[in-house]
Amino acid sequence: MYPSRFGYESPKTVEEAIAILDASGGDAKILAGGQSLVPMLKLRFAAPEMLVDINNIDGLRYINVEADGTVRIGALTRHEDLEYSDELPTASPVLAAAAHLVADPIVRTRGTFVGSVCHADPQGDWAAAMTALGGHIVAQGPNGKRTIEVKDFVIGPFQNALAYNEIAIEAVIPAPKGKSTGSYLKLERRVGDFATASVAVSLDMVGDVVARAGSALAGVGGRTIDATDAVASLVGQKLTEENIKTAAEAVAAAAEPRSDHRGTSDYKRQIVKTFVIRILTGLAESSQKVA
Amino acid sequence: MSSLYDEVAPAPAEGVPTRRITVTVNGEPRTIDVEPRLLLAHMLRQGLKLTGTHSGCDTSNCGACTILFEGRPIKSCTMLAVQADGHSIETVEGLATSSELHPIQEGFKEEHGLHCGFCTPGMMMASKALLEKNPNPTEDEVRWALSGNLCRCTGYQNIVKSVLWAAEKMRAESN
Repeated sequence: MYPSRFGYESPKTVEEAIAILDASGGDAKILAGGQSLVPMLKLRFAAPEMLVDINNIDGLRYINVEADGTVRIGALTRHEDLEYSDELPTASPVLAAAAHLVADPIVRTRGTFVGSVCHADPQGDWAAAMTALGGHIVAQGPNGKRTIEVKDFVIGPFQNALAYNEIAIEAVIPAPKGKSTGSYLKLERRVGDFATASVAVSLDMVGDVVARAGSALAGVGGRTIDATDAVASLVGQKLTEENIKTAAEAVAAAAEPRSDHRGTSDYKRQIVKTFVIRILTGLAESSQKVA
Repeated sequence: MSSLYDEVAPAPAEGVPTRRITVTVNGEPRTIDVEPRLLLAHMLRQGLKLTGTHSGCDTSNCGACTILFEGRPIKSCTMLAVQADGHSIETVEGLATSSELHPIQEGFKEEHGLHCGFCTPGMMMASKALLEKNPNPTEDEVRWALSGNLCRCTGYQNIVKSVLWAAEKMRAESN
């Protein structure tokens, strides 16, 4: 298999890349890690006139943890940069937990975090993790930068809110209210397969009280599912067996699974519930140790 | 007779715009004209006749085409050849010297780490990347590092043993 013909540009600056996108009038596509785009080109699901390869732009590969806890991830930060980051397990346990579950180890050396969010695959781990964390994307276009909340950025399966002449240059996880905790669990039949179900739960804790709660699901619907409303009942509470169960049931109810060769919809819903209980029970136990 | 792997001609058709790229392959700079859509795996196999890199699934699943790009393992069917311009890559052909096998190759021989051999180049390159990062991996770490490479013959047992064998030999040699 090989892609249909396209033009190729490899600009050295973001401004140059934006100018090429702008001139293309919408027929160009950005190439970052390429771990989703290149397979799609080969399958000819995608056939852009022009690829704008941003890999030669310096300064886009970073994970910055700021003093207040804000995490900034550059457009060329690879999955494995998150996997091997020393800071991330403390700064954002949800991202740290998801990092080694993305695709397989070889894809992770090349694929990018921001590219994965842009790709907006309903199975995508990063869009779900970002949604649970209430993150946003910084997009840069001819008229400067704007920020887009992830829940407004991922607007459907394989659809994002970028204009044709904009580049997602950074993903931002806002500073936590208190301590950032949470986790990401994924059930897959084998490494690299599409997830049967994935669950992200993010809690900001002040002592043993929940200050902010977010959740999102991947693999159990035709889009990334924002289940933040389902865990809202935890805010202001200490975690108890009872409210964990209530939240888990609400998150499971927010899932939109379909029966397929990976399992029935009931089975997938049950997995979601089990994962939420598992994550929250783990957090309850560790916050009791601290308190 | 044409085979599956003749689908991309080494030389682009007349009139098609190409780019001249220089890639350091196993330590040797190679200059080649490529069409932007040419995949790195195809450039290696058809363009440079380095057929040690195998094209398996062609969909970024199997890892048979794994090579090292600037020292890190990548699936060469999922990268464009033009993207390798100015970079250094290493293929399975770069493992052995004319007189000596690489310890990883020796390990696969000693521990019977292959049956049909199709996945082996990818397995060995992924193993090389692992051992460079972690010279003393546990069995679990080997399995984890190779989880992006599929083998349909061995059941992986002997592949894991081969990598552990190689790790031991490489540690002994470096002492």
